[in-house]
Amino acid sequence: MNKIFEVPLYPYKRSADQDELTPVRRKVVVIGAGPVGLGAAIEMAQQGIEVVILDDNDKVSFGSRAICFAKRPLEILDRLGCGHVMVEKGVEWDVGKVFFDDRQVYELNLQPEEGHEFPAFINLQQYYMEEYLVNRVHELQAAGALIEIRGRNKVSAIGTHPTHVVLEIDTPEGSYNLEADWLIACDGANSQTRAMLGLDFVGRVFEDNFLIADVIMQADFPTERWFWFDPPFNKGQSALLHKQPDNVWRIDLQLGWDIDKEREKRPENVIPRLKAMLGEEVNFELEWVSIYTFQCRRMEKFRHGRVLFAGDAAHQVSPFGARGANSGLQDTDNLGWKLGLVINDQAPESLLDSYNRERIHAADENILNSTRSTDFITPKSDMSRTFRDAVLDLSEHYDFARPLVNSGRLSVPCSYDGSGLNSADALGGPSRTRPGSSCPDVLLEDGYLLPKLGGKFTLLTIDADAPEVIEQDGITVTRLALSTGNDPTSPLKQRYLGDATSAVYLIRPDQHVAARRPSFDENQFRAAIRRATGKE
Amino acid sequence: MSNLNLTPNIDGADDFYAELLATHDNLSDKASSALNARLVLVLANHIGDRAVLADALKAAALK
Repeated sequence: MNKIFEVPLYPYKRSADQDELTPVRRKVVVIGAGPVGLGAAIEMAQQGIEVVILDDNDKVSFGSRAICFAKRPLEILDRLGCGHVMVEKGVEWDVGKVFFDDRQVYELNLQPEEGHEFPAFINLQQYYMEEYLVNRVHELQAAGALIEIRGRNKVSAIGTHPTHVVLEIDTPEGSYNLEADWLIACDGANSQTRAMLGLDFVGRVFEDNFLIADVIMQADFPTERWFWFDPPFNKGQSALLHKQPDNVWRIDLQLGWDIDKEREKRPENVIPRLKAMLGEEVNFELEWVSIYTFQCRRMEKFRHGRVLFAGDAAHQVSPFGARGANSGLQDTDNLGWKLGLVINDQAPESLLDSYNRERIHAADENILNSTRSTDFITPKSDMSRTFRDAVLDLSEHYDFARPLVNSGRLSVPCSYDGSGLNSADALGGPSRTRPGSSCPDVLLEDGYLLPKLGGKFTLLTIDADAPEVIEQDGITVTRLALSTGNDPTSPLKQRYLGDATSAVYLIRPDQHVAARRPSFDENQFRAAIRRATGKE
Repeated sequence: MSNLNLTPNIDGADDFYAELLATHDNLSDKASSALNARLVLVLANHIGDRAVLADALKAAALK
């Protein structure tokens, strides 16, 4: 049977650009057709901006790779046209079980908050996600958008200039040159773009190896996340079992540092390990096996003139907490609208420096969280192991210790506190909707809030008056008028008003709050729009 | 400054000290070390106040 990841999805096709004597100039070129690169390109195309995606391969990624997608990235994917198809195919789960040694120490139910269109997480193989994104690219193309994927187009050299970049691209039919006003590098943790530009990528290496296996089995394990610390079948190490669609199960087994990787990857060595974990009687088939080590690190700067780095190319985290692909999509969500405004001369180029600042803030938060998880899962000293085991032993008996158990803190959106695009909080409303934070969804009488915000600047008024439209230096801000209907229990009131009786929010195209006040004040909001677009 | 109490605060200090040692009776170094870790976590949760805990960490480090 042909697996989806064995079929070329965007096979090489000669482009007319290859026959031009002088290099063709494109508005935006994206390197890398993974989740982040495809997300970035769809974002640009939906804004009506010409974009070309280059990838040295022609297929979706091999093996399941990123499997856990969190609510915020699903909301972003919804705006890119792929949120619902992912949720329909994906596996939803909300129960986690933690095992220590030979026993279950506790069970956790991650009760989702009411009134959100998208679930807290789904599990879905990365190859499905990439397939949906590629389908979306083709759909946009069919509708006339200027977006194309060029498979087996490997960038072999990059020249950077103040106004553009020049790319030398190798193809099966020889090489050609292409110019781009802007280059978005989404070519992963081993980014060749980064290497070709001689840029840094510093951080902490974790001396550990993980065996990652996708197995296909008909088993009656429930749809839950099971995490083992120091289990009998993998003494002194950890293990994770997680369900994906199509009866594919993801298994992670920590192996330690001093191992022979090639030997451990062989089926004759993998299968006995899995049998010890799943039980001798369980029948399964190995779909994919890989061994990975990881690092927590980031580039010093994500913007280098006309080259913008996003996703794993810019920052790498441990897999605990699913913060790789999830944070990469938030990178492109942050970058897309800013780059669009700059390209359309509606904002100064310096607005792109706020991408650098805001997403470095987010990367640092992700690195901090994933480093802490890693330190809990793989203690680095005798005393840290003593405390780790003490937490696990206590968690079996007492609730208080359970929040200390850290098998990965799942990805939540970063609030851009302190960003220069924010205006000071003049409302003093709920902390979760303070300037910088990403808007929480709310179920309204006629649908959900986030799709109504869409991907443009919005003036959200709650029981407050304001003009329907504000124009400021070419930026159009449209009003969305809502009311709590004097219902003190309404989620809209709880999430956006708190103790206030009315509010006006300025919301950015990436659905982060730029400013909020108790009522409309024209001068204040005009200043807030200028500030949010890098003009103050 | 937090209100970490570093003045005598335990009634029957000798009795408490004896109970503390008795809890470790017949334990190996490893088991004692585990018990101490659990005790630190139980007490820390009881205190809860992060400023007090931060000062307690400093006080214990003799800094």
